[in-house]
Amino acid sequence: MSAQTTISGPRAVLAVLRKDLRLELRSFELLPAMGLLALGTMIVLRFALDQETVEGDLAAGSLLVPLLFASLLGISRLFAGEERDAGIQQYLLSPAPAGALLAAKVLGLTAVLVALEIVLVPAFGLLLLGPELLPVLPELVLVLLLLDLTLATLGGIVAGIAIGARSRELIVPILVVPLAIPALIAAQQALAPVLEPGAEALAWRWPAVLAIYAVVLALVGSVVGEYLVED
Amino acid sequence: MRRLVSSTTKTTSTTTKTDAIPATDATPAILAKGLLAAHGRTPVLRDLSLRVESGATVALLGANGSGKTTLLALLAGLRSHHGGELSVLGHALPAERWALRGKVGVVSHQPLLYRDLTIRENLDYHARLHGLSADRTEAVIQEAELQDRADQPVGALSRGLTARASVARALLADPPLLLLDEPLANLDPVAAELVGALIAPRPGRTRVIASHDPAQALQESDGVIVLGPSATTRYVGPSDGMTAADVEALYR
Repeated sequence: MSAQTTISGPRAVLAVLRKDLRLELRSFELLPAMGLLALGTMIVLRFALDQETVEGDLAAGSLLVPLLFASLLGISRLFAGEERDAGIQQYLLSPAPAGALLAAKVLGLTAVLVALEIVLVPAFGLLLLGPELLPVLPELVLVLLLLDLTLATLGGIVAGIAIGARSRELIVPILVVPLAIPALIAAQQALAPVLEPGAEALAWRWPAVLAIYAVVLALVGSVVGEYLVED
Repeated sequence: MRRLVSSTTKTTSTTTKTDAIPATDATPAILAKGLLAAHGRTPVLRDLSLRVESGATVALLGANGSGKTTLLALLAGLRSHHGGELSVLGHALPAERWALRGKVGVVSHQPLLYRDLTIRENLDYHARLHGLSADRTEAVIQEAELQDRADQPVGALSRGLTARASVARALLADPPLLLLDEPLANLDPVAAELVGALIAPRPGRTRVIASHDPAQALQESDGVIVLGPSATTRYVGPSDGMTAADVEALYR
């Protein structure tokens, strides 16, 4: 019996995702906390705006702001389990590619954001949105999925930078919010016309901007991921 | 005659050793020249040179804060040195750190296990990361006699059982290099005997054992590294003829 020298990136990603899913199901901490924060923010917005329903730009913003807050919470907790139980060291003692750990975290956070939106989007439809939700759901899902991938990739990189930092709670919002602005603007611009009464067709330019930004971030992540995990 | 553990500088006295485990590979398991490591601006290791042949057991001794844990982390490829040269299992560090992965088993003060997962789930995770089958996980659980506790979360285990689970994790991939930081601490005599057998010398297995028990460490080692205060290295060489009193004198 001897150790295999390498395992493939996808297998390592699956192993980490499986472990993280087990940990989340056992503790069930992150998703409820993110959900509570997002829903709480949405309720505050509902009363702060002093409007029965919102549409267009206001509707898009009312959905994106709670999502951003919940994402910040998710990003700041992305490596919490690894830090508590020396998970990075555990991982680095295996032959799995270092960058696969970051990739797994990005995919895990994307999955958490999608799960959050399964609750948040219907709540948004009930609490705030003026126009009907169902007819615009496909466009909404597409834009949110692209935004999730972008925020998760950005979050993975920033959380990787903040691993072990004493001021992690400061570093995450300070870096994520400015770097998320292009993605948030693109998502806002894409969603606003869709969330108008008598919705217009989705302008593909903005989802394309989101997708390009996600690809750029993914490229950055693939280049720096190994160093972030190792160092 | 083969010297299994030696300093690579001429300033430290070394002797030869004849009754040790035969080296299985011409490439030394560990080769360090003028190694320097620091925490911030404070040096922790300075000008450490040593050569450990494959299959040897080395006792790593020194007072608290002398740099034993740092040296183990360097050898595991978990941190980078700040000067000198270091090669482990033929891989120059830090450049070839990726190649060292999966070949080093570490037992440290941290169990390197997720406390919210059970022993079996932890070992399953590590087996997957090493590309090993579930059968290997079960075999290690049996070897460490953890089958009755395998489905309990690590956080609910006693320190002794956690230590056994940690040893099981370190042995999962049967690595050629074991770095053991007080592996028998917190263990009752029966568990210590069990773990002692699991981590015992084997052909091709190189061991570095950090310990605060010089007498025990000298008994089972081919060579000794004694680290002193202020990042000094007091002795690197064979353990033949050394006594616990000799080692303790070197601590100061």
